[in-house]
Amino acid sequence: MPAIEVERLRKTFRVPVNRESLKGALLDLFLRRYTEIVAVRDISFRIPEGEICGYIGENGAGKSTTIKMLAGILVPTSGRVEVAGYVPWRDRETFVRHIGVVFGQRSQLWWDIGVIESFRLLRKVYRVSEADFRRRLDELTETLQLGDLLHRPVRKLSLGQRMRCELAAALLHNPSILFLDEPTIGLDIVVKTQIREFLKKLNREHGTTILLTTHDLQDIEALCSRVIMLDDGRIIYDGSLEELKERWSKGREIRFRFSAPVEPSGLAALTEGLPVRWTAADEESARLWVPREIHVADVLTRLVGALPILDMSFQETGTDEIVRAIYQSGSASVPAAGTAGDASSPVAAAAGDAQSVTAEGTPVSVAVTAGDARGSAKAAAEDAPAPAAPEDGGEEAPRKERQTEAQVRG
Amino acid sequence: MASAYLEFIRIRFLTMLAYRVNYYSGIVVYALNIGVYYFLWKAIYGDASQLGGFSAAQITTYVAVSWMARSFYFNNLDREIANEIRDGSVAVQMVRPYSYLLVKLMQGFGEGLFRLLMFMLPGLVVVMLLFPLSLPAEPWRWLVFFLMIWFSFLINSQINLLTGMCAFFLENNDGVMRFKRVLVDLLSGVVLPISFFPGWARTVLEWLPFQAIAYLPGSVFTGTLNGPEIGYAIGVQAVWSVALILPILLMWRVARRRMFVQGG
Repeated sequence: MPAIEVERLRKTFRVPVNRESLKGALLDLFLRRYTEIVAVRDISFRIPEGEICGYIGENGAGKSTTIKMLAGILVPTSGRVEVAGYVPWRDRETFVRHIGVVFGQRSQLWWDIGVIESFRLLRKVYRVSEADFRRRLDELTETLQLGDLLHRPVRKLSLGQRMRCELAAALLHNPSILFLDEPTIGLDIVVKTQIREFLKKLNREHGTTILLTTHDLQDIEALCSRVIMLDDGRIIYDGSLEELKERWSKGREIRFRFSAPVEPSGLAALTEGLPVRWTAADEESARLWVPREIHVADVLTRLVGALPILDMSFQETGTDEIVRAIYQSGSASVPAAGTAGDASSPVAAAAGDAQSVTAEGTPVSVAVTAGDARGSAKAAAEDAPAPAAPEDGGEEAPRKERQTEAQVRG
Repeated sequence: MASAYLEFIRIRFLTMLAYRVNYYSGIVVYALNIGVYYFLWKAIYGDASQLGGFSAAQITTYVAVSWMARSFYFNNLDREIANEIRDGSVAVQMVRPYSYLLVKLMQGFGEGLFRLLMFMLPGLVVVMLLFPLSLPAEPWRWLVFFLMIWFSFLINSQINLLTGMCAFFLENNDGVMRFKRVLVDLLSGVVLPISFFPGWARTVLEWLPFQAIAYLPGSVFTGTLNGPEIGYAIGVQAVWSVALILPILLMWRVARRRMFVQGG
């Protein structure tokens, strides 16, 4: 039985619309108008026991709403949700004994009383036996280093200290599933690392299933075997982080430094016939983008003898860049498996064209064309959600830099 | 689980104790209120020996006792609930294995208990030294009174739960809460005993829950209600405290479905 099972889950909110002008305000008094906002659109996924799953997406993508439905706080508008064998909203009081929840932006501890007193109260609320409580508290105190915090009132703790206490509070009753809503928000790198290590240990030793939302992709890289990406209430990606990187990052960049000035036009001539792309920063350095399907060796054999290479470095596209590219593409569907080559829609073909122009080395116009292609791709995605353009994530950063460079030149 | 709810009473009691200044100023405010109403009623009575079924001595006692009772049944549950809904912390309450409304009720009770022991009893001693009060001699009347103010607390808190939950449906329920507060103070009989209202208003008020909050226990305590009337008064309170459960549960059910967590 999976720990979390979600099928065609949907949540809509009814939000009042304020009319303009005095007349509108008066009308509002007697006859409110509402619009429906769809926060989560018929999503489905299942998470097996013992998995750590990252749930990412832009602000307002519907992450928190999903978590709140899974935790029994919100009642779904439609669809089926089952967590630890319960329907969260229906069996709330029994169900919540099996889960732990941490909200990065809200405290669950009682503000006025000492941390230990909050813990004792939670012990009674969750009906944990005194012996279990002691054992659990000792363990958590040790791993989260709470020792000297326990007797302080919550309002006197720093954010990092509080967050460690929040984690302990959510785990006192030894839940089998842990929901974390932006657990590392606003924390310094030391505490972030500490919390990540703790969560890994928790998952390893107790087999706790963890679902976390975050904007910090390092959380995901450090913890998650699986990522679910949400955009505008829909799942746009569900799979491993490696796969995400592979699918979206379609190449790598090689950075060269030369010991003597090199003519930019000469560089393009050297790689004639290969689908690679040069960006000359100045005469003594250059960047070369190589698509994944081209062997680096093939490119280098052409270059090594011909250029006065002083230094060379490889750059894989970072997760941050990939995710940013996906967010910006606004594409509502999972990217096509292939590269830009096997374009399935005219828009994608346009993007592909832009790319080939790039290879010929006319930077200024390329930047514009590529931008247009992206714009129309987005428009197409909005009109018809089905076959959206495969937006090339790996390309994003070089393209940006090129644009600035073009401006400098102009 | 019961021990968890008791724990909420205890913790609220301790938290109240932590805010000592509130405590002292509270006693002064209550004594002032009683003093003002004492002189007001003295002026109203003048030479009259009986008005609205109360003698001059009885009305003084009524005023003192109903303010004392108010210290016990009064709470700000509506405001607390509205604030938690508005700032979104109600979400945190929903991931706990308890009934949110019952926890609120317990916190209100802890607050009431604090005021009963720390305001009402010492306050009563102070007031007795300042004003001539005629307290009932029969011990059972005291017992009945304590039973009745327990119902007062229950009914008043239930009304507070209802007004607080309005925040689920309204963007701002401040108006509703203010309206409720005026309504309760005016129609419960703290300021003016129900028997002073004109006949038609009395008939209306007898069908509303407010009189059960202050007027009924005050009247029993001062001895204007006697014999079977006392049983009837307790019955009215009991019926209201049961009857109010239904709208609360209904409202909660609807609220759960429409719950909207503010701030993400």
